[in-house]
Amino acid sequence: MAAIEVKELVKDYGKIRAVKKISFNIEKGEIFGLIGPNGAGKTTTLQIISTLLTLTSGAVYVMGLDLEKKPDMIRRIISYLPEDAGAYKNLSGRAYLEFIANFFDPKKKKEFVRKGVEIADLGERIEDKVDTYSKGMKRRLLVGRALMIDPKLAILDEPTSGLDVNNAQEIRNIIKNIAKKGTTVLLSSHNMLEVEYLCDRIALIDQGVIVETGKPSDLMKKYNASNVEEVFTKVVKD
Amino acid sequence: MSALGNIIKKEMKELLTPATILPIVIIALIYGTMGGGIQDIQEQAKQPPIIGIINEDNSTFSMNAVNILNQSAEVIFNSSSISDKQAGLEELKQENGVALIVIPNNFTEHILNKLPGQIEVYWIMKGAGVMDTISSGMVDYLITNINTNLSTELIQENNSTNATFILSPTQKVETTYLKDKEIPGLSPSVIMSMLASQSIMTPIIMMMIIIMAGGIVITSMALEKENKTLETLLTLPVKRTSIVAGKIIAAATIGLILAIIYMIGMNNYFQGLGVSQIGINLADYGLVLSSPQEFLLVGISLFVTLIAGLALCMLLGTFAKNYKSAQTLIFPIVALAMIPMFITMFTDFDTLPIAFKIITFAIPFSHPMMATRALIFGDYFMVIAGIIYVSIFAIVTIAIVVWVFKTDRIITGTTKFNLNKIFKKRK
Repeated sequence: MAAIEVKELVKDYGKIRAVKKISFNIEKGEIFGLIGPNGAGKTTTLQIISTLLTLTSGAVYVMGLDLEKKPDMIRRIISYLPEDAGAYKNLSGRAYLEFIANFFDPKKKKEFVRKGVEIADLGERIEDKVDTYSKGMKRRLLVGRALMIDPKLAILDEPTSGLDVNNAQEIRNIIKNIAKKGTTVLLSSHNMLEVEYLCDRIALIDQGVIVETGKPSDLMKKYNASNVEEVFTKVVKD
Repeated sequence: MSALGNIIKKEMKELLTPATILPIVIIALIYGTMGGGIQDIQEQAKQPPIIGIINEDNSTFSMNAVNILNQSAEVIFNSSSISDKQAGLEELKQENGVALIVIPNNFTEHILNKLPGQIEVYWIMKGAGVMDTISSGMVDYLITNINTNLSTELIQENNSTNATFILSPTQKVETTYLKDKEIPGLSPSVIMSMLASQSIMTPIIMMMIIIMAGGIVITSMALEKENKTLETLLTLPVKRTSIVAGKIIAAATIGLILAIIYMIGMNNYFQGLGVSQIGINLADYGLVLSSPQEFLLVGISLFVTLIAGLALCMLLGTFAKNYKSAQTLIFPIVALAMIPMFITMFTDFDTLPIAFKIITFAIPFSHPMMATRALIFGDYFMVIAGIIYVSIFAIVTIAIVVWVFKTDRIITGTTKFNLNKIFKKRK
């Protein structure tokens, strides 16, 4: 059973069709990247899989659960990190992690918070209010929040967006590590070099259509390109 | 276009959205209609007051008094025997009469003996609002005229040197019938002012809670969107109903605490002004809530209305894009709460025309504002019907909010009804 099955997914916003009959599968423990420029339909696809948006037509299965019929069950096994997400400003970093952990297994609450604090790696600043954090610190706290609960599926929208090189590198390592422990990761990025390093497989999406899918190395070979960015340019031109 | 013009154009476009304009247009229409209604009431008040007269005295002074009344009032009941009092009252009640004026058989005799002649006034009060006492004010004015007229006559006749008697040759003895209560010794204006001072607190409490708690709910929704925490919250394993209920209960609790603090200050302010020291004990006339059940009903009415109001705020909060837009969204709620507040101050639900009764009943905030007065006059049906209506209103509004939370609207700001999809699902 695939971790995610997306079958002919369509999403309309009024008269605008943002996602046009896309299909792809993600295997368990895989890091899968949805790659494309701004407005390609990446976030919409992730928001549908995260149960935030309803689909217009098609079907999505997460760990075998039908998205339209079992959204509540899906929310128990996924973790979604939106692009530019924020945290509650009046809470401390630790209090925010505790607030999130309260929604999950009460027996594991302490363990989840400990893990969240460890991933966020904010030292003593974890006790400070979120309002006082820099953008990088906030993003690390949110990554900690998203991954501390050992989700079966982590959906990360532009996980390193706006971060400096060091912070981005640390977060990439964290993502690699959780995938090794069995968490399936679906991420979106328009940073094609990042996904080349991170992802086992990628899908190139442009104007709501998946134009190519495969391992980064295989795609580079197929299109005789030196990086994924070149692959994308060649695929879109074709 | 100049830089200033460019900025003004941009600001106007941002501020003039359907979400801000539509509620205000609806409120303006409601107020316009209400204004028309109040004008009608004022027009009615300009008409001569309808009264009845029982003149047992039938001599010079009483005839003069009757003439004054006949000139400025519409007299629909005339009699010369006090035994017709009940019949007179019944007829006046049926014909929207204001008062039955009884001049006893010793009226002229008393005055000639330099004793004040009694004028018995039986007031018929339909409601306890300011508007309901306009007609009685006019009759009061006529009675003052009778007094002045008699004074002039007595001075011309050089009847007495007792200044007190000359200036007040008549004595008014009043009894007011308000709904089913007989209240001896009090005039409609005194009753109205006492009831108003007693029932003014509930509308103020209601307004304060709505402004404070409603503001909290709408701002909370706006901040969730502005800080982008809502998306995370909606993907957590928590029911939409719990999110909505959690926000409403938290806001209601904080709103109540803030309102209590506010009311402590307000109470001290009123005590300082001496509003509560008019000197008449309303309990003596049965014009206060007397049983724990009555207080409980007022409490329930206030509670369900608070929940309904907050659910309405939550619904408006889903329109809020950020903190700035949230500030304008509280206005329609405040304006809606002001309608019943004015109604309870100026008129009475029972005396409103049917269209306004419907509007007033439909506004949830009306019910706790009207509950105290209704219970004082034993109208339990009105209060219980109000509680049932507001409870249904709250449940339906919460259901709509939960539905909005399940749609794309909460994330994208738009909702599209896909009838084909609904139809397909039903099949």
